[in-house]
Amino acid sequence: MTPLTTTDEGRRLTRIDRRHPAALALLLMLGLILAGTVFAAVAPKTAEASAPAQSADVVEEGRELFVANCATCHGENGLGIKDVGPSLAGVGAASVDFQMETGRMPMAKPGVQAPRVEDVKFSDEQISAIAAYVASLGAGPAIPDEEYTDGSKGDAGKGGEIFRVNCAMCHNSAGAGGALTRGKYAPEVTGVEGKHIYEAMLTGPQSMPVFNDQNLTPEDKRDVIAYIEQQQEAGNPGGNPLGSLGPVPEGLFAWTIGIGLLITAAVWLGKKSA
Amino acid sequence: MSTTARPADALRADDTTRREPASPGLKKVGGVAGWIDDRTGAAKGVGYLMKKVFPDHWSFMLGEIAMYSMIVCMLTGVFLTLWFDPTQGEVVYEGSYVPLQGVEMSRAYASTLDISFDVKGGLLIRQIHHWSALLFIVALSVHMLRVFFTGAFRKPREINWVIGCLLSMLALIEGFAGYSLPDDLLSGTGLRAAQGFMLSAPVIGSYLSYALFGGGFPGEDIIPRLYSLHILLLPGILIALFTAHIVLVAVQKHTQYPGPGRTNDNVVGFPVMPVYAAKAGGFFFIVFGGIALISSLVQINAVWVHGPYMPNATTAGAQPDWYMLFPDGALRLLPGWLEHTTFGFTWAWPVIIGSLLVIPLFYAGMIAYPFIEAWVTGDQREHHLLDRPRNRPVRTGLGVAAFTLWAVLTFASSNDIMAIKFDLSINDITNALRVLTFVGPLIAFWATRRICLSLQRHDRETVLHGRESGMIVRGPDGDFHEVHEPLDPYERWTLVQHEAHEPLQLEADEVDENGVARKGGAKRKLRARLSEFYYGGAVHPVTPAELEAAHHDGHEHEAIESANRADESEVDPVRSVGAERH
Ligand code: HEC
Ligand code: HEC
Ligand code: HEM
Repeated sequence: MTPLTTTDEGRRLTRIDRRHPAALALLLMLGLILAGTVFAAVAPKTAEASAPAQSADVVEEGRELFVANCATCHGENGLGIKDVGPSLAGVGAASVDFQMETGRMPMAKPGVQAPRVEDVKFSDEQISAIAAYVASLGAGPAIPDEEYTDGSKGDAGKGGEIFRVNCAMCHNSAGAGGALTRGKYAPEVTGVEGKHIYEAMLTGPQSMPVFNDQNLTPEDKRDVIAYIEQQQEAGNPGGNPLGSLGPVPEGLFAWTIGIGLLITAAVWLGKKSA
Repeated sequence: MSTTARPADALRADDTTRREPASPGLKKVGGVAGWIDDRTGAAKGVGYLMKKVFPDHWSFMLGEIAMYSMIVCMLTGVFLTLWFDPTQGEVVYEGSYVPLQGVEMSRAYASTLDISFDVKGGLLIRQIHHWSALLFIVALSVHMLRVFFTGAFRKPREINWVIGCLLSMLALIEGFAGYSLPDDLLSGTGLRAAQGFMLSAPVIGSYLSYALFGGGFPGEDIIPRLYSLHILLLPGILIALFTAHIVLVAVQKHTQYPGPGRTNDNVVGFPVMPVYAAKAGGFFFIVFGGIALISSLVQINAVWVHGPYMPNATTAGAQPDWYMLFPDGALRLLPGWLEHTTFGFTWAWPVIIGSLLVIPLFYAGMIAYPFIEAWVTGDQREHHLLDRPRNRPVRTGLGVAAFTLWAVLTFASSNDIMAIKFDLSINDITNALRVLTFVGPLIAFWATRRICLSLQRHDRETVLHGRESGMIVRGPDGDFHEVHEPLDPYERWTLVQHEAHEPLQLEADEVDENGVARKGGAKRKLRARLSEFYYGGAVHPVTPAELEAAHHDGHEHEAIESANRADESEVDPVRSVGAERH
């Protein structure tokens, strides 16, 4: 389904909702057919750099690195080991690039979720070699073109609408992150490189859904990157944001430092006149 | 109520004759005041207020913090009305916050952004308004806790307790209405939830929602309607109730903590003029300054981050302001299987209980408490001296238990925040809090009561044997013992002044003179049982006779059995010192 982008559409939808459920379904169908036709006509070119045929040497180097670092979990041939690591056939170079450059892979220890690790142990060449090897296992999304990962070329306003409809329910409207079930979580997205934001959308790591180019065009993805970056640039004009986690830390602050300050003043004043 | 007939009033009889100081400036003021008095007769009332005596204790300033925060909130609210546009028509944002430029949004949201970014000082005022709202309700709650734990709600102050409870409940609603005005993603999510709550009301639910929202959700009516509630109706009622509250405090005079020279019949402290008024005036500016300081350093409700409300969008970490967390928490804890369907009607019990019943039940319990306690203990006297919380182990225990329940629910509402901040599973947190909802208050009651009782025993020890000095001396026979310093009479008074509480006894004559069982027997039995619960096993204050015995005994360090129950025949410690009660 094409993601809803404007307030207007959202509100109109709920109105239709009240009329008849079938009306909504019908309209959706119509909309989808229309969107599909239009899309086929003016399909944007996909953002993936037309994966240059990697030389056999690079793939071989990647295979060796893979066997040394990843095979314990993903299997000698990358086809996965039951209950240990998933098959990587078809996840594509973008997935490897995202997982390794954000330090998630190789996973340090088994857990509900591989956490982001800032200290990446592999060089860019090594990562692209492994990516080339994994890409050779089956067709998958390639590493995105810089044209579409550069936030400064995007429209933040539009990106914000996409973000609020598609991402904020997990990552929080400020991008501060949020909890998922059973110890899983959606991490912060502030401070993440444009390319990795793009790859996260493209490959849908873990519990995150995949936003392929039919859901969100490369331009849409760039708008999202623009929004995340500009929101960060705008900073916190009101002062310390208390972790950008909304009313809970604000309430905690009021109950501790806030009232503490005022009661201290009261005690002080009480002493004064004695 | 005998506020005018107290012997203490006689003590201040000569105050009335105090003359105006004759400085020229004051004379002028006096002239104006005289002019007004000639026409309104206001001087009598004002004079009465000015001569009021206020006891000095920091915990009596909690109510003032609440009052001043409310005033700050109202003043800044007036400023906000100058710029805020409470309508839901769509506009395209062209203001100076870059990430939202070109986005369609309601006028309410756009004007809130304008206040934040394009009105000079607007952001600071918005933040002062919101921080003072939070602090108002925090201070009011702490004030309430003080009143509860010191027994200040007892006769004759029950009415003021009830007014206080209503003020507090209205403050929650006022805050929620304000929180909903900016029409950002967070407040819209809150309204969406509120609408869901209304729908869960059996039978009337959907009518209620339609009436309030002027049609389906979100419609275009809800913000203007909340706006009139928020800036007109609720502040009006708040001010009226608050005035009644203050007038009652003035008329009934302040309570005071027990201490030497303080009795149920006097008030020891400073007269309102000049000391107290000067302090109170100064304190207003301290509170205003404190709130302004916080508001300039700490961001609150960053509406620009949340973006405009869209019914199809939502955000992780969507919570209401802290004072509304507890019903939300109840909602998060209540298991879904409670919902069931009869005759085609869905009974959404988790929602009905969590959102529709929790707040009224909490407040009903609070409002009823003074009357329940008076009935159970059979205490119908006036009380102007406060209790030390430890001397009322059961009341203190019940209070802590209720607070614990509230806290568990409040934390339950932040289960997702705790999960990411402490790296826990949200499911585990929720299950643990479900158990704590039932077990927490019980443990809290039990532990608090125990602690109170042992503090009381410790007080007895201190009175009987003096304070442990930490000094060890070697006796003539080579034995070692710690020297206990005797208490001075002032300190001692505070530890012995309270009453000894006895459970009510079931009257022996359960049958009347005709041999017929008296009516209401079950009720009396219940009352006797509750009274036993309150006062059974109470630790009694040291009586003068006990003190005498301990001292004449000669061996102050010797362990004297900590008497659990004072001998009935002994003199009441309070009466023996001569303070009068009525
Ligand atoms: C300790 C075991 C372990 C090791 C070692 C490990 N992985 Fe993984 N990997 C996992 C698990 C488990 C998952 C799935 C859960 C997740 O994504 O967090 C995964 C997921 C992935 C994915 C995402 C698959 C998808 O569906 O998009 C990629 C790509 C990947 N690993 C690459 C690698 C590479 C490359 C290495 C070696 C450098 C490596 N992994 C080492 C356990 C491991
Ligand atoms: C269902 C919840 C969900 C939604 C919706 C979602 N994400 Fe995620 N996202 C996740 C989870 C879970 C992870 C962490 C995956 C992991 O660690 O393997 C993640 C990771 C990311 C990361 C990587 C952050 C880092 O620490 O490196 C980015 C960037 C990201 N998401 C962006 C987005 C964007 C942009 C959208 C909307 C288009 C979105 N996500 C929608 C759940 C979600
Ligand atoms: C003690 C009582 C009050 C409480 C607890 C309270 C609380 C709140 C809160 C929490 C908000 C949301 C603020 C935000 O972050 O944007 C708000 C908004 C607002 N309040 Fe109040 N308020 C009170 C009294 C008043 C009064 C008396 C007025 C006007 C006379 C007023 C006018 C407004 C206006 C215009 C807004 C919307 C502006 C905005 O969102 O920036 N408030 N209020």
